[in-house]
Amino acid sequence: MAEGQFKQGIAAARLAPAQYAENFSDLHPPLDHHEALVEADRCYFCYDAPCMNACPTSIDIPLFIRQIATGNPIGSAKTIFDQNILGGMCARVCPTETLCEEVCVRETAEGKPVQIGRLQRYATDTAMRQGKQFYERAAPTGKRIAVVGAGPAGLAAAHRLARYGHAVTIFEARPKAGGLSEYGIAAYKSVDDFARAEVDYVTAIGGISIENGKALGRDIQLSELTAQYDAVFLGMGMAGVNALRADGEDADGVRDAVEFIAELRQASDLSELPVGRRVVVIGGGMTAVDAAVQSKLLGAEEVTICYRRGQEHMNASEYEQDLAAANGVAIRHWLQPKRVIAKGGKVVGIELEYTALAGDRLAGTGELLMLPADQVFKAIGQTFVPAALNGSGAVIALEGGRIKVDAEGRTSLAKVWAGGDCVADAREDLTVSAVAAGRDAAESIHRALSAD
Amino acid sequence: MADIRNDFVGIKSPNPFWLASAPPTDKAYNVIRAFKAGWGGVVWKTLGEEGPPVVNVNGPRYGAIWGADRRLLGLNNIELITDRALQINLQEMKQVKMDWPDRALVASIMVPCEEHAWKAILPLVEETGADGIELNFGCPHGMSERGMGSAVGQVPEYIEMVVRWCKQYTRMPVITKLTPNITDIRKPARAAHAGGTDAVSLINTINSITSVNLDNFAPEPTIDGKGSHGGYCGPAVKPIALNMVAEIARDPETRGLPISGIGGITTWRDAAEFLALGAGNVQVCTAAMTYGFKIVQEMIEGLKNWMDEKGHRSLDDVIGRATPNVSDWQFLNLNYVAKARIDQDLCIKCGRCHIACEDTSHQAITSIVNGVRHFEVMEDECVGCNLCVNVCPVEGCITMEPLAAGVIDQRTNKPVSPVYANWTTHPNNPMARQAAE
Repeated sequence: MAEGQFKQGIAAARLAPAQYAENFSDLHPPLDHHEALVEADRCYFCYDAPCMNACPTSIDIPLFIRQIATGNPIGSAKTIFDQNILGGMCARVCPTETLCEEVCVRETAEGKPVQIGRLQRYATDTAMRQGKQFYERAAPTGKRIAVVGAGPAGLAAAHRLARYGHAVTIFEARPKAGGLSEYGIAAYKSVDDFARAEVDYVTAIGGISIENGKALGRDIQLSELTAQYDAVFLGMGMAGVNALRADGEDADGVRDAVEFIAELRQASDLSELPVGRRVVVIGGGMTAVDAAVQSKLLGAEEVTICYRRGQEHMNASEYEQDLAAANGVAIRHWLQPKRVIAKGGKVVGIELEYTALAGDRLAGTGELLMLPADQVFKAIGQTFVPAALNGSGAVIALEGGRIKVDAEGRTSLAKVWAGGDCVADAREDLTVSAVAAGRDAAESIHRALSAD
Repeated sequence: MADIRNDFVGIKSPNPFWLASAPPTDKAYNVIRAFKAGWGGVVWKTLGEEGPPVVNVNGPRYGAIWGADRRLLGLNNIELITDRALQINLQEMKQVKMDWPDRALVASIMVPCEEHAWKAILPLVEETGADGIELNFGCPHGMSERGMGSAVGQVPEYIEMVVRWCKQYTRMPVITKLTPNITDIRKPARAAHAGGTDAVSLINTINSITSVNLDNFAPEPTIDGKGSHGGYCGPAVKPIALNMVAEIARDPETRGLPISGIGGITTWRDAAEFLALGAGNVQVCTAAMTYGFKIVQEMIEGLKNWMDEKGHRSLDDVIGRATPNVSDWQFLNLNYVAKARIDQDLCIKCGRCHIACEDTSHQAITSIVNGVRHFEVMEDECVGCNLCVNVCPVEGCITMEPLAAGVIDQRTNKPVSPVYANWTTHPNNPMARQAAE
């Protein structure tokens, strides 16, 4: 009977118990004091710094790095939190290689950007370790605001509103706050229950209460919120997952990658988490990489990402692709799923069809490929599910399937703002973008309430 | 291949790199290691008069300032002259000189400002076979409180007096080491010259407090909660030292007086600059104390390589070559016009040139052109001040380009004059002399 990695089917305990801790340890261990000083010294303190302009939350990066260099990490953390109260999580999960670090002049100069993300973590960790709170609530305004979703957008909005003295109630469908910080994101990017620690840090300002297990459309209705609160901020993210549109995708062993990642993040003992011997992940984004790499780290023998377009089209950054490759994940391109092959109701393989671009249209070439698999993860994008919203109050305008907002985050409904992954805006679907959207919507709400 | 053998006031060494009188030359062990590493000579750490040796503090002796990546830029110290018995030093010096006859060994001496004290020690030193003596009139801390070191170096009459005694009581060449803690370095140099010194060496260290401990509000280095000024050295003092060397080299009263250049020399290039300004050789301390004796290899090979590239065959081809180009401001050519130019291929777009110029100078560098981040010099505003060159992190990215005669200077809308004209004849100068017809 084959054991460990070579155990057939979907099985737990593929690795020796100690191996799990090693596999899921911090992807980028924190910089120690010396490393932080050496790295901070590399910053040129650019004028109108490109890194700062590339940051969706416009953190004053040269300033916070200079503060680290001059022995003031606490002041540095404040510089970060002034713009981004979730600066700690962003330091861990931001694709810095396509944001601040991509445009660092030292990337231009020598191909080695200042490690801005790790420096940001150094500063924010220092302040959070000391429980240093930088903001005091203003005197209570008597205004009450409902926030739907305790993810990055909702938390950022809540914190900014609480600072202004408004009373915030966050309604969260899941048992824990944090959103994708808690339930998404690869485990090795947020170790030691950091997502939870960050929620505590953010809500420590006071004036924010979180009601877990309250889903919009199920437990609460938008019409109630608009009636009972002075303003509503919607930041509930995307609950839906795209279907494969391949025959047999309801076979046992086919799963949503986001669900798998959430289960992994919540698992108290990773050795009890089953994973296939041969795993195929369909998709080309960060979720695909997170699911694939973590499958490998759980002990899958063979993990393959299949993406229907070319390497250059992948949403996963080059860095993430390298991370997958370094962990032994094979990435194959120009392949779309055609048929899930099952035996006795269980997945045994997947049939894929090669694709090609005909002009700008992607089409199957007819050539087929069979990959043996006992687990298939769907990571082909998430979708906003408007049903809850539009059953529970006045109809809110959508755009491209998501909530339509203006530049300030206002929806088509009076008193209702929205931000984060659930809206249609120019921002990328990133934690840092959601923070910016929540923060900016909070400013808009505050302006509106102050004008009353 | 360039010949870098050195003959300094008759003292011969295989290269012009000596270790200065300082902690690295306090005993035979260190000096032998230095000679093995390739140093051309040493000035043995300062000897005091016979009797109980001086004592040093038993806490920190050094303070420092650092640049990026904690590169040591400036060091200060409150160490006194040798705290070992005179006889032990003399014995070791004699043995080392016997074992290393091709290397220079010079004794640094500091005894009270009394004729009998100098008369007593000189024969003892001479007996070691030392190649020469260096009079320590520079040490600014500790010993100066006892009327020695820089307390002598700050009074030209004392310098002249002691030099005379030394010339009278020894056949050894006398090098007078000068303190920079004085307003006009030419005065002590002239005094030493008048006393008959064979050479001067400079600079000794500069009075300094490197930092203040903000927990206990004591200057660093701190001894039991108190601090005293120390002597400052290292790369940070090099520009001060270069100027002082040049002042003596071009002073009509001391022109031709041999100079041993000291002050922040860290690389072959630093050394070459001292030589060019008139130093006959150089002395090094802080660089060795920072990186160890091995750095001399870089200095030797770097100097040779540069000399070969430029066709300088011996040190005499280099020494003093820059001295005639050291001038007074009033004689600088006001018709010379240069403009900064940014090499767009090298530019990494950090924008430091722009903000330095915009905030603190002449608003002559763009930041955005046609909506794109772009740094370019506006010649109609550029006064050619060189600040952008100095703040740019990329070597060679910004250069100062002289305008040829006849070209229109866009800032003044006037053609560049081919004629040399300085302040002494400038119409705005109320003291202007009439240009010669």
